[in-house]
Amino acid sequence: MQEVLNQLEEKREQARLGGGQRRIDAQHAKGKLTARERLDVLLDPGSFEETGMFVEHNCIDFGMEDQIIPGDGVVTGSGTVNGRLVYVFSQDFTVFGGALSERHAEKICNVMDTAMKVGAPVIGLNDSGGARIQEGVASLGGYAEVFQRNVLASGVVPQLSLIMGPCAGGAVYSPAMTDFIMMVKDSSYMFVTGPDVVKTVTNEVVTQDELGGAVTHTTKSGVADLALENDIEALLRARDLIDFLPLSNREEPPVMPTVGDLEPDESLDTLIPDSANKPYDMHELIRKICDEQDFFELQPAHAANIIIGFGRVEGHTVGFVANQPMVQAGVLDINSSKKAGRFVRFCDAFNIPIVTFVDVPGFLPGTAQEHNGIIKHGAKLLFAYAEATVPKITVITRKAYGGAYDVMASKHLRGDLNYAWPTAEIAVMGAKGAVEIIFRKDAGDPETIAEKTKEYEDRFANPFVAAAKGFIDEVIMPHSTRRRIAMGLRRLRTKELQNPWKKHDNIPL
Amino acid sequence: MLKKILIANRGEIACRVIKTARLMGIGTVAVYSDADAASLHVRMADEAVHIGPSAASESYLLADRIIQACKDTGADAVHPGYGFLSERASFVQACEDAGIIFIGPPPNAIAAMGDKIESKKLAREAGVSVVPGFVGEIEDTDHAVRIATEIGYPVMMKASAGGGGKGMRLAYSEAEVREGFPATKSEGLNSFGDDRVFIEKFVEDPRHIEIQVLGDKHGNVIYLGERECSIQRRHQKVIEEAPSPFVTPEMRKAMGEQAVELAKAVGYTSAGTVEFIAGSDRGFYFLEMNTRLQVEHPVTELITGLDLVEQMIRVAAGEELSLKQDDVKLDGWAIESRVYAEDPYRGFLPSIGRLTTYRPPEEREREVRVDTGVVEGSEISMFYDPMIAKLVTWAPTREEAAARQLLALGSYVVRGIGHNIDFLSAVMQHPRFLSGDITTGFIAEEYPDGFEGAPLTDVQREQIIAAAAAMQSSRTARAAGISGQLNGGAEYGDDWVVVVDDDAVAVSISGAAPEWDIVIGERTLSLTSGWQPGDQLFSGSLGGEPVAIEIERQPVGDRMGIGGSRHDVRVLSPRIFELSAHMIEKIAPDMSRYLLCPMPGLVVSLKVGEGDKVEAGQALAVVEAMKMENILRAEKSGTVLSVKAEEGQSLAVDEIIMEFE
Repeated sequence: MQEVLNQLEEKREQARLGGGQRRIDAQHAKGKLTARERLDVLLDPGSFEETGMFVEHNCIDFGMEDQIIPGDGVVTGSGTVNGRLVYVFSQDFTVFGGALSERHAEKICNVMDTAMKVGAPVIGLNDSGGARIQEGVASLGGYAEVFQRNVLASGVVPQLSLIMGPCAGGAVYSPAMTDFIMMVKDSSYMFVTGPDVVKTVTNEVVTQDELGGAVTHTTKSGVADLALENDIEALLRARDLIDFLPLSNREEPPVMPTVGDLEPDESLDTLIPDSANKPYDMHELIRKICDEQDFFELQPAHAANIIIGFGRVEGHTVGFVANQPMVQAGVLDINSSKKAGRFVRFCDAFNIPIVTFVDVPGFLPGTAQEHNGIIKHGAKLLFAYAEATVPKITVITRKAYGGAYDVMASKHLRGDLNYAWPTAEIAVMGAKGAVEIIFRKDAGDPETIAEKTKEYEDRFANPFVAAAKGFIDEVIMPHSTRRRIAMGLRRLRTKELQNPWKKHDNIPL
Repeated sequence: MLKKILIANRGEIACRVIKTARLMGIGTVAVYSDADAASLHVRMADEAVHIGPSAASESYLLADRIIQACKDTGADAVHPGYGFLSERASFVQACEDAGIIFIGPPPNAIAAMGDKIESKKLAREAGVSVVPGFVGEIEDTDHAVRIATEIGYPVMMKASAGGGGKGMRLAYSEAEVREGFPATKSEGLNSFGDDRVFIEKFVEDPRHIEIQVLGDKHGNVIYLGERECSIQRRHQKVIEEAPSPFVTPEMRKAMGEQAVELAKAVGYTSAGTVEFIAGSDRGFYFLEMNTRLQVEHPVTELITGLDLVEQMIRVAAGEELSLKQDDVKLDGWAIESRVYAEDPYRGFLPSIGRLTTYRPPEEREREVRVDTGVVEGSEISMFYDPMIAKLVTWAPTREEAAARQLLALGSYVVRGIGHNIDFLSAVMQHPRFLSGDITTGFIAEEYPDGFEGAPLTDVQREQIIAAAAAMQSSRTARAAGISGQLNGGAEYGDDWVVVVDDDAVAVSISGAAPEWDIVIGERTLSLTSGWQPGDQLFSGSLGGEPVAIEIERQPVGDRMGIGGSRHDVRVLSPRIFELSAHMIEKIAPDMSRYLLCPMPGLVVSLKVGEGDKVEAGQALAVVEAMKMENILRAEKSGTVLSVKAEEGQSLAVDEIIMEFE
C-alpha cells in the first residue's frame, strides 16, 4: 500500500515540475512566474483543488508520442479568492510553450462546464504560444470548444482573463469574449497576426509591443481593461476585482463590511466650477461616493472621456459610469460609447446596480466619427441602458445636452431615481447654439442674440424645467449625494423588472 | 467698545480676526471678491459684502468699496489684516474722514515708516542702531579705507548702480579694501556706466529677528519679545519662532527698548513690528518697521498668552493697555510653519487648484493651532497669496515645540495641489535647525540643489513597517467578512513581509484593531491606532511614541508619507514575497527626451513641428493654466521627433507634449 501512495506522490512531484527546471528558470528569467506559482498568488493559501493533473495529450505525430508531460500544459481546478469559489485554468509555458492541444482544451472546457453548473467565476491565466501545431486540426477544434463555452458562460458566470505571456492568432478570441482582460506590461501581447505577417502583408514595420502590448490595448484599442506592471500585481489586482463581482448571475453581488458614513460632504458643494467652461475631475465625486473612497476603475487610459468601474456603497457593489469633463469636455464618441455600453451590460447581466453621473455636452461631431459609425456605436450605450433592469440611479451634475441626455440613463430609459444638482442644465443644446438657430434671422444683430441667449439660459440653464416635467425626480444638494444614492440603493434592492420574452435582442453591434 | 468690525481682508487672517471679534461679542462683516464667494471667511462672518472681481486691484485694494461696505453695513471699525490696504496711509485717512475707526496705527506713523530712507533716518534719530555705512561721494582709495575702518570690518563695497550680485565686494581688512575698491569702481563703470561706490557694514551670518510692539492711544508702548524669522526662501518667510534661540535677555531688552523708542518717536499705536538684522557678533541693525499685524503674530501670542487682535481692538476703542512692560512674561516656545501651495519637489513651483482633500491636524488648546482660511473643496487661486495655512505649535522647550510641529505636519493631509508640508517636516528635523544655528541663508545653503524628500530615520522606518502590518491586519480581517464564502475566509496567518521601497522586512503581527503586537526582528512593539480601511491618516502610538503617517492607497500597496518623505509600501505574504524575487525591476523610461506639461492646462499653441531643430531656450509650446500663458522652452538643443499634443488640447500634469530624438 505504502508503495502505491509513494508512487502517487512521485507522479505528483513530476507533474508539478511541468516542463522541467531548465524551462522554469527560463520562465523566471523573463520575469514571469510559472503556472502554479501564479495560482499561489491568485488563490487563498492552500485553497487550490487541482483536477486533471495526469491528463496527457493523444498525439502520435512528429515524435510527440515520446514527449509526454502530465497535465499537458495547463493547470486546472478550483480554489477560493477571499473565501469565495472560483474556477481557474493556468497555461504552463514551460510545457510545449503552453501550446493548446485537444486534451489541453478539454481540461479548460471541463473547468468552464463545472463553473457554469455550480455558478462560479472562471479565471483564465493565459500564457501560450498558440495551437499545438503537431496536432493540426485537433488543436483548432479545441479552441472552438473553448470559444463555444466562453459564449455560453457569458452572462452566466463572470469570466476574467489575465494575459501573462503570448496570446496570438485564434487564441485571442477566447479572452476577447470574457468580461475583463488584464495584461502584464512588457511580458504579454495579444494580436490576431504578429509583426512578421504584418510586415509581409502590409509592409508595416511594428514591434510586438506596439502592435499588441499591454499599453497599446489599454490605451488605443481598448481590448484590455488594465495594464499591470508584473505578474504579482496583475494577480493581486485580479483578487481585488473578484471581490466586487457576484459568483454568477443567480446570485446577488457580494457584501463587504466596509467603513463609511452617510454624513454630508460639504466639499462637493464647490466641485462644479463657477465657469461653465472650466473642467473638474469627476473622479473626485466618484471617490467621495464610494465606501473608503475605494474605486476600482476599468480602462482608465482608453476613452477617458467616460469613466467606468466598481465601487461599494454601504458594502454593496455598484457599477459607476460617469462623463469626465476633464477629457474632451466629457463628450460621447465612438470609443466612450462602446466602453460604457459593454460595462453597463455586464452590470445588468450580474445584478449590479448602476450609478451614472452625467455632465455631457453631446456627441462628438465630425467626419471621423460619422464615417466610422457613431450612429451605431452611440446606439450601443443607449441600447445597453435601455434594456438594463438593474437599479439605475442617475445624477446630473452639470450639462446634459441633446441626445446624450437621453442616452445617459435618463428617466425615459427606465431610470429609477434621476437626480440633478442645482447646477444642472438639461437642454437640447447650449444656449448660444440654440439661440443662433431659433433666431437665425437676427444673426447679424449681436445685441438681440446676446439678449435672447440670456433669456434661453434663464429658462433652461437649470434643472427645474426638467423637474417640472417629472424627468428629474428631485433636485438634490451635492453634499447629500452619497446619502441619497445609499438610500435609493437600499430601496431598490428588491426591484423587480422583466423585459419581454425574446430569444435575444439585436443590439447594434 | 466697538459694535461691528469689517475685515478688509480674506483668507486665514480674515478668519483669525473674526474669531477674536466673535469672542469679544463684536459683530463681523466680511468682504469678498468673485473668486471668494464661497470662501470660509465669508461663511464665518455675520454679514458679507461683495466688493468686486477676483483681481485684488479690483476688489480688496479698493478703499472706496471697503468704506462704502462699512457704511452699508453700519460697521464702526475696519480691521485691515496684513497686506492689501493695511499699510496704506491714505486708506487710514479716508476711514477717519468717514468716521470709521481704523484698527491699526495712525496714518502719519504708517507714512513715516513706509518710506525706507525716511524710516532709517527716524530710527537713527530715535537711537535705534542702523547698519553703519557711508552714503556720499568717496574720493579715493585712502578715503575708502578710512571709512571702512570707521565702520568696522567686514564691510561690503557696492557699486551704486550694481545689482544681482554684480559690482559687490566683501573686505575683511584694509588690504582687501585697497585691492577691492578700485576694482569695484571700475566694474561699476564697465558694467553700469556709473563708478560711484558706497560702503556699509557687512552683517555676517545674518539672522532676521523682529520685535513685536504694542502701543495705546495714551502714550504707552510695550514690547512683547522677539520673533526669529530666519528660515526664508527668497525673502519669503517660511518658519518663524518665538523666542529666538539666539537672543540673550540683554539683547532682547536692548532691541525691545530701541523698538519702543522708535514707536514712541512716530506716535505709534496698536500692534507693530520692528525688524532687525542680527549678525553672529550679536550686533543688530534696524531694517524696517511693519505698521500692521504680522503673519507670524501667533508665535508671540502663544508665548505671551495675549490675543494681539483683541489688543488691537481694545486700543482702537481707546482703552489703555492693561499691562505694563514688567507684566510681559515669555513662557515656553512657539514655532510656526507656513503651509504654502508650492511644490518643493518641483522647485517650489506655485501650485493652484482645488483642495480635493484637506484635513488639518487636530487643534489642541495652546499646543497646536491651525490658522487657515480654507476647507476641503476650497480653491487655491492664482489671484492671491499661495499660503494655505499657518501651523503653530507651543511647548515648554524649543525641542518639544519642534517635535510637536513635526507630528502635526505629519497629521496634515492635503491633496489636489502641490504643497510644502514635506519640506517643512524636513526642516523641523534638520540637525542645523534643531541646533538653533540658523541664518537667512539656511534654505539656500542646506538645499542648494532643491528638495527631494527628507531622509527616512530608523525610527520612522519602523513606524511605517508597523503601521503597514497593522493596516494589512485590518484589511485582511475586513475582507474576511465578505459574503458568500465557501469555507471561511482566506488564511494568511500572522507572518508578513513588509517592503518599503526596495527593502524587505519580515514581521509577525498579532492582535486586532485597535491594538497589535508586532515582532520586527528581535523586537516586539505594541501598536495602538484607531485606523480603519479608507482612512488617509494613520495615527496612533508605537512603543509609546506618537505616530502620524499619511496613507495614499495605490492599486497595489500604499504610498506612505512620514516626516517629510514618501515611500511605496507593500505587505506581502511570505510566499508571494518569495515569488516577487522573480519580478524584473523596470527601469523608468528616460523622460528627459520628452517635453512634459508642467501643470494641468490647455495647449494654446505649438511653436515647433516634427523634424524641427530647436535650440536650448527656444519656445516650444504655450500652455494656458488659470488664464496664465506659460511658455515652455527647450532645455537643450535637439530635434523634434514627434509632437504628441494638439493645439486646443487639455493636458494633465506630466502628459507628454513632444518627444525629441
